[in-house]
Amino acid sequence: MSETWKTLKPYALITPQTLVFLLFLVFPILMIGVVSFWEFNGYSMTPAFTLANYQGILTDVTFKTYLNTFKFLEMVWLATLLIGYPVAYFLAFHVPKLEWQILLFLVCTIPFWTSNIIRMISWVPLLGREGLVNQMFMGVGLIQQPMEFLLYSDFAVVLGMVHLYIIFMIAPIFNSLMRIERSLVTAAEDLGASGLQVFKEVILPLSAPGIAIGSIFIVTLVMGEFVTVRLMGGGQSASVGKLIQTQIGSLQYPLAAANAIVLLVVTMLIIVSILRVLDIRKEL
Amino acid sequence: MQKRSLTYYLLLAFFCLFVLFLYGPMITIFMLSMQGPDGGLTFPMRGFSFYWLGQVFQEQRVGNFIEPFVRSLILGAAVMAITIAASVLASMGFRQRFKGSTVIFYMTIASLIVPSILVSLGIGVVFQVMGWPTNWFTSGLGAHLTWTLPIAFLIMLGIFNRFNPSYEEAARDLGATDSKTFWEIVMPLIAPSLLGVGLLTFTLSYDEFTRTSLVSGQSNTLPLEIFGMTTNVTSPALYALGTLTTIFSASLILIAFFAYNAVVRRQQGKA
Repeated sequence: MSETWKTLKPYALITPQTLVFLLFLVFPILMIGVVSFWEFNGYSMTPAFTLANYQGILTDVTFKTYLNTFKFLEMVWLATLLIGYPVAYFLAFHVPKLEWQILLFLVCTIPFWTSNIIRMISWVPLLGREGLVNQMFMGVGLIQQPMEFLLYSDFAVVLGMVHLYIIFMIAPIFNSLMRIERSLVTAAEDLGASGLQVFKEVILPLSAPGIAIGSIFIVTLVMGEFVTVRLMGGGQSASVGKLIQTQIGSLQYPLAAANAIVLLVVTMLIIVSILRVLDIRKEL
Repeated sequence: MQKRSLTYYLLLAFFCLFVLFLYGPMITIFMLSMQGPDGGLTFPMRGFSFYWLGQVFQEQRVGNFIEPFVRSLILGAAVMAITIAASVLASMGFRQRFKGSTVIFYMTIASLIVPSILVSLGIGVVFQVMGWPTNWFTSGLGAHLTWTLPIAFLIMLGIFNRFNPSYEEAARDLGATDSKTFWEIVMPLIAPSLLGVGLLTFTLSYDEFTRTSLVSGQSNTLPLEIFGMTTNVTSPALYALGTLTTIFSASLILIAFFAYNAVVRRQQGKA
């Protein structure tokens, strides 16, 4: 085998995958950047260099939409972390056998591979006006009127997103918890640390990279979200993703592009600040 | 066996509640789709039958779902084939150090975490500017690949990390060419995990909605069709369709996990 071929071989092997990413990821995103400076006259776009689109989105509505999206993000992030961490911790430290750990982890993973749409529709018979939850509460006599906020509300949007995306928090945390040397825990215990101290001083810092990766996933998933907002929010809820989607629907590509670039920058800023707090390099 | 602490029982209870949260909604629509013919969209269940599961195949009930289903199958198969081929090649490339590998790696990660609306919009814009019509088998295919390829690639990296290179070295020492080594040594060893990755890729594509929704053109894939039905189908037929398609993906996933598990065990046994 010749030396040249040996150095070239990896490049040949990665070519197809790289082409796909260049064609359907890098190039399109560059195009969004380009088109965001184009002119738009109400029905078609023409190549130009104008800041009108960016000026056009600098409105109160956009600002409020961002605030609302951040509100979703904050709540979804907090909920996925507070629910996901104990679940991952239980799997990693309290399930005795590896086979069981894998099996139970799989149980948590399976819904991720099925249809998001169906998973969202599934909440309707539970949360609707005549849904199971309202029936139960009314049956017990806790409430006289059905609770309206359960479905087609911001609450439902957050619930739906937590339900859909929590696995993205659990998996990285589970992964980093599984990597913790058990002898470290034993050592801390031998030195007289209480259970809480072991968790605070040993386990939590070592699982921080997992939390960071999970948080990055949650940020990127929630920031561009428009399906859950539409399906579970029932028209009232607003998000940046939904705003962009509406603009695409009316073929206002340059405006949507400008919005998307702002969204991308904001998302990147959040990710960078997460990375500043928590170093994930050793996980990769 | 160590003594179980209170923490264990609390966490166990929490975990069980979590699993209930995860599967509960799904189970309710399974149940509601097994109602009698006069069943509604909410509890209590009215009778028990397979009526609505049968109704899914009646055109007037849920619109025509056969064509979108076939489209989704074809698209899933195409996405699977391309994803497998590209990710196996790329992950084999990554077994050797090369300049620029970090950039490629991060590009892959970026594909996974970039907000999906950007992928959808970006591809839409490119097609618009080029004057090409969007279609499920062109722009839709590309959108799916940005989602399935990074996942398959990361799994393949994991598979090759555990792969014992001595078999290939032996084959090469015996004078086998690269392609012969690949087809006769590497391929048979990774084939079962490829089946697993392939099925996972297929279900990801089969159920994909966000990235496709803006670039699928005139004809819908199945998830898009179901999304449309949420506004106009008001009978349990919608739940029945949901039940059927979920059972379909879930069984593919289970086969995939077992295939993957089997090969990992076999390799560990041999190593």
